[in-house]
Amino acid sequence: MTTVEAPLVESGAVAGLRPRRGRALRRLVRSPLALTGLLVLCTAVLAAVVAPLIAPYGPNDAHFDARFVPPGSPGYLLGTDALGRDILSRILFGARASLLVGVLSVLLALLVAVPLGLVAGYFHRLDGLISRLTDLVLAFPFLILAVGLAAIRGASLSNAAIAIGIAQIPGIIRVTRSETLRLTSLDYVAAAVAEGASDLWVVARHILPNATSVLIVQATVAIPGAILGEAVLSFLGLGIQPPSPSLGTMLSEAQQSISRAPWTAVIPGLSIMVITLAFNLFGDGLRDALDPRASRR
Amino acid sequence: MGRYLLSRLGQSLVTLLLATVVVFAGVRALPGDPARALAGEENNPAQVAAIRAKYGLDDAVWVQYWRYLTHSLTGDFGTSVRTNIPVRSLLAGALPVTMELSLLALTVAALIGVLTGVLAAVRRGRPAEWLANGFALLGLSVPNFWLGLMAILWLSVAWSIFPASGHVPFLEDPAANLAHMALPALVLGTGLAAVIMRQTRSSMLDALSTDYVRTARAKGLRERTVVGIHALRNSLIVVVTIVGLQLGALISGAVVTERIFALPGFGKLTVDSVFQRDYPVIQGVVLVTATAYIVINLLVDLLYSLIDPRIRVRGDVA
Repeated sequence: MTTVEAPLVESGAVAGLRPRRGRALRRLVRSPLALTGLLVLCTAVLAAVVAPLIAPYGPNDAHFDARFVPPGSPGYLLGTDALGRDILSRILFGARASLLVGVLSVLLALLVAVPLGLVAGYFHRLDGLISRLTDLVLAFPFLILAVGLAAIRGASLSNAAIAIGIAQIPGIIRVTRSETLRLTSLDYVAAAVAEGASDLWVVARHILPNATSVLIVQATVAIPGAILGEAVLSFLGLGIQPPSPSLGTMLSEAQQSISRAPWTAVIPGLSIMVITLAFNLFGDGLRDALDPRASRR
Repeated sequence: MGRYLLSRLGQSLVTLLLATVVVFAGVRALPGDPARALAGEENNPAQVAAIRAKYGLDDAVWVQYWRYLTHSLTGDFGTSVRTNIPVRSLLAGALPVTMELSLLALTVAALIGVLTGVLAAVRRGRPAEWLANGFALLGLSVPNFWLGLMAILWLSVAWSIFPASGHVPFLEDPAANLAHMALPALVLGTGLAAVIMRQTRSSMLDALSTDYVRTARAKGLRERTVVGIHALRNSLIVVVTIVGLQLGALISGAVVTERIFALPGFGKLTVDSVFQRDYPVIQGVVLVTATAYIVINLLVDLLYSLIDPRIRVRGDVA
């Protein structure tokens, strides 16, 4: 095992294997759509993080003398809802919950799926077993899975994140597995194996680092899906519970007042759309920049 | 072909069997003792014991699982704890609604998705492509339940073009049925249309750069024939798979769409049963959905291997 200290081929240096990071970054910066996405995302994340500081009111402060105030009114920039709660404040706190669930669930999925995908792609004997398990999770549509989990463990933010995370696992396993299969067949991996490198070393040093671009793209694409998933679950009452603000619960509550105060439904929906759109724009740009082979897909 | 068919069939059966284990285990993991719940308020130990004996809750786990499996195979999913209606009847009532909604949505999605996808590929770099790409991005980013709410707000409440909610069985009044289904199907189909558009565009671009398309053009075929017959036909193979893979999203989307438009389908049944903690119904819904999903995926795979013989040689769908 002492020979591996100076590997014959440095994994990152293999020409054509992955685009150099600098070049990828330049490509990303040159895409106006991706930059716009990134800018909107940074703003949204920042606003969500500092929500307690910048929100004009507490998210659950009811102003019964100011119910259904239309947007643009003094004191209530985005109007108020049926209980006179300030919509801007609720959006800020709601976006916080949505982003949190989105990122947490994808992190959870990565944590479980990447090792499994690496193992499935590298150790052929375990491939069948892991692929069957993947099929099993895929057999339960995301919402059915979430419904089952909510029935067993109760509806809450963390259970929503777990359900969404589980639903993301098969996709990430498949991507990791196919990327591992592709990398394992390359000469530099064979060289490392011939040198006597252990399996763990090959996977950790040569395969995982080269699979990161693909995984980053996959995660960026998965987060908006997770955010939409959270909104759906909360809308159905299976996710974040009222009165905690979440973009989904706001929409669910707005259903009752939609014809009287359309803005109570329009604004939270637009917010979800802007956040997911920004993620999708950035994700597309990132994929084009990091993985030119897939840029047309 | 026979061999591939058998192995694929075997895989599906194993997955299905595992799915029943998951559902069975899931119900056992539910909080609370079912015997106590059934005994109601005044549960004395003798009563609980009698219920345990009646439903075989004291048997070994594997005996209970076997009983559950054989009952499920004959379509016996038990009785709703809330309404005392057999779960089978509830499922049979809800299934046609969801199937109609899904099929209509799929049709809408395929029509819009393939059309805009081809347009984007053929008009590469022109405003039409930008428009189609923009539409796809929007379609992917809009929460479809919000789209549903907006559709109700503008098209039903403000302009009253479509009825806002409710359901009329197709056999009773086909026209009214379609009027009620149009909006939900459009809303549900949008997201899927975006996915299909992107896939169609990318595989059309691949196809248009192949030698056989160049040959077709070189021998003087009309552009319409080249695009419509030569390129599109080969691109559709990939689209079929994507539709198969998106089935789960379609089912999940149907749950929400039914809820918004108050359609008495599978989705409404699912959500209602969760809120009412009606476990036999939840169990039946989950199992039937998983089964349908596995079977349709199997059919899509087989269809795929029929269209593209290379698949069954390699033995797996990329």
